[in-house]
Amino acid sequence: MPSSLQRKKPRIADRVAYVFIYLSAAISVLILIGIIGYVFFRGVGSINLEFLTKATSARAGTTGIAGNIINTLYIIVITLMVAAPIGIGSAVFLNEYAKPGKFVRLIEFTTEILSGIPSIIFGLFGMVFFGTTLRLGYSILTGALTLTLMILPLITRNTQEALKTVPNSYRSGALGIGATKWYMIRTILLPSAMPGILTGVILAIGRIVGESAALLFTAGSGYILPKTASDFFSKIFESGGTMTIQLYLSMSKGQYDIAFGIALVLLVIVLGINFATKYLAHKFDLTKKK
Amino acid sequence: MSNVKIKTRDLNLYYGENHALKSVNMDIMGNEITAFIGPSGCGKSTYLKTLNRMNDFVLNVKITGEVTLDGENIYGSGVDSTLLRRKVGMVFQQPNPFPMSIYDNIAYGPRLAGIRSKVKLDEIVETSLRQAAIWEEVHDRLKKSALGLSGGQQQRLCIARALAVQPEVLLMDEPTSALDPISTSKIEELCMQLKKDYTIIIVTHNMQQAARISDKTAFFLLGEMIEYAPTEELFSLPKDKRTEDYITGRFG
Amino acid sequence: MMNTRKNTSIIRNSQTKALVETIAQIIFTVCAVVAVLAVFSITLYMFLQGTPAFAQVGIREILFHSVWAPTAQTPSYGILYIILTSIIGTAAAVLIGVPIGVLTAVFLAEVAPRKLAAFVRPAIDLLAGIPSVIYGLLGIMILNPLMYRLEQIIFADSETHQFTGGANLISAVLVLVIMILPTVINISQSSLQAVQKDLKDASYGLGASQIQTIFRVQIPAAKSGIISAVVLGVGRAIGEAMAISLVSGSSVNFPLPFNSVRFLTTAIVSEMGYAADTHRMVLFSIGLVLFVFIMLINTLLTKILKGAPQDA
Repeated sequence: MPSSLQRKKPRIADRVAYVFIYLSAAISVLILIGIIGYVFFRGVGSINLEFLTKATSARAGTTGIAGNIINTLYIIVITLMVAAPIGIGSAVFLNEYAKPGKFVRLIEFTTEILSGIPSIIFGLFGMVFFGTTLRLGYSILTGALTLTLMILPLITRNTQEALKTVPNSYRSGALGIGATKWYMIRTILLPSAMPGILTGVILAIGRIVGESAALLFTAGSGYILPKTASDFFSKIFESGGTMTIQLYLSMSKGQYDIAFGIALVLLVIVLGINFATKYLAHKFDLTKKK
Repeated sequence: MSNVKIKTRDLNLYYGENHALKSVNMDIMGNEITAFIGPSGCGKSTYLKTLNRMNDFVLNVKITGEVTLDGENIYGSGVDSTLLRRKVGMVFQQPNPFPMSIYDNIAYGPRLAGIRSKVKLDEIVETSLRQAAIWEEVHDRLKKSALGLSGGQQQRLCIARALAVQPEVLLMDEPTSALDPISTSKIEELCMQLKKDYTIIIVTHNMQQAARISDKTAFFLLGEMIEYAPTEELFSLPKDKRTEDYITGRFG
Repeated sequence: MMNTRKNTSIIRNSQTKALVETIAQIIFTVCAVVAVLAVFSITLYMFLQGTPAFAQVGIREILFHSVWAPTAQTPSYGILYIILTSIIGTAAAVLIGVPIGVLTAVFLAEVAPRKLAAFVRPAIDLLAGIPSVIYGLLGIMILNPLMYRLEQIIFADSETHQFTGGANLISAVLVLVIMILPTVINISQSSLQAVQKDLKDASYGLGASQIQTIFRVQIPAAKSGIISAVVLGVGRAIGEAMAISLVSGSSVNFPLPFNSVRFLTTAIVSEMGYAADTHRMVLFSIGLVLFVFIMLINTLLTKILKGAPQDA
């Protein structure tokens, strides 16, 4: 065996391994670039003012997704209004009140299960439970309540992580001068954990915007714009398809221009959400270091 | 002067199976500084925390015996532990200002007591900061984050925060162990000034500190209160062999 | 000066404060119970809705028959091929996706220069956020035409092959591969990064190369994390519906690469809109089968995570 320290030829196995490692990373990145590039290239032609501000109507001769954009906003707002308080409350319970034991394990286990259930199952459950049992039919409300269950684990987990990063000395500091627990949670814990909670909420918005299977049979596919003020409230009891649903329906019908137009809008939203979470994570890091 | 502020009778504390405090009996005088010394894990901090029921937040704690504050049993029925903690404030080992402005840190306690008036809060903030001898250093940046202060300033801020709820007793759990010598001497000076208005109980690792500032000193070992005497007496003429061993540096 | 203190007692003086505390605690507890209730009701409903068809049509007729003709004169509700498609499609996607994913994770955790990693990591996160319908759209527009060309070449002389226009099992598998990549990459990467540094140093200290260290020390040490990444990938692949519903074609066949196929999920998506009576009940049975699969996978995952040492 030669015992020189001079560099030998690198082992062939090493070289092959490096090639595969670089290749794999390249595949992952190229796929992403390809997707963004292709969607942009095909979709940019469909985007114009009418597309974004009018609803599709054969009578008026317009093609647009304004109705779907509004439905998406409705579903985001209603879902978060229900899911955020419950999810945050659940995290506060787990982190601040619960004593370790069977009950906590049960809650954590079911939260875990809930996050693993595929959206099509949520769709089936929502259709039967909210749609039929609670008689809400195909409506924005049915869709939003279904999505509430789906995003609950996301908000709970993010809030829990954020609460865990709040130093214990803040808790004892407040309690040590006579704050009640709820006062301490309200004035110290939740504000300190806010960036983490917001990250959870924004990720939840991302999931709502991108969701389709859970909405197809719950929120339906209506795309009419509300016309009067009272429409704005009654609309939650009517069928309303989000952008993703419209994208799916357009592509089933072969209307690829509309499909790519919507895809581009969705991609821009996804990009925005990504930047927002990165920004928050960065900010959170800074406050923690101080 | 024999005004007993806190009276402890046959206090036992268990963490699960661990018998952490063994039959502690002690009378703590008002308007004095009482120091608790002893090696790590001797129970001195645990005892301190029983005095304002911070042990309530620890799982599996069992307490027997009696602690009275001005004659009221603090473990008795009907006691509101948050009211107790407003009367018996606490300063911790690590300075722990909240992540908010200096002003809001001090106003935290008064606000939770229901004080909303800006004028009143301004007054309390100023008085508390002056009492804690930090007003001069921070009065021009009350709206800035408290996290920007130095360690020593943060600790004095935390003392001011504790004073702002107008407590009668101040518990200090090794308040200077994380600080440099200059900040330490500032806080010691502060304690000497505060004792005319407050009853101060301080846990310390530093025997010189106890000797310098306290009126009475109690020595703890393995969950037992071994000896409790006027400071000068305890350090010059310890009655118990174990106290002598400890203060002469033979163990701990 | 400060001695304006009232001589206050520590005895509770306000019932409202204690009440507010109790109410707050009750509300938080109720919030936490919602997740339990949700899982309980979903399970209950899946069984309530999914079992009647078994009673009416027969378990064997549904699970072990391969003819799916729910709207025929004499309807047949065999979902065997649908189940097989989901199993084989998921397995194939995992077999392709996991090596690429784990190697990408190795790249990010160990090999990549810092700046390159800082560019690739957000790209992977972005990939995870893209709505599944967009993957479906691209599958139709890019993969299907490619597959059709391939199909025309391979089956040029075949007389029995039914041409699918490229909407086949391969297309669906490729879409699934892309969709599980971010999950596999992210989880493997964090478990690789959690491997203690002294293990790595020890290996280098014995004269191992970087590649030897990665494959003989770090990947084995991160094993449980990588296995959970695989299990989560399986869960994601078997549950995906919208991305593959159009890409995989529209008829029920044995899952061969160039056959047009239907998955458990896509069967529900494409037929629930118009199904009625027994047909609809059987679709819920398909949902139940999927639900049972997912529960098995989840239980497996908890087992793995429990059995793993805490540091991995």
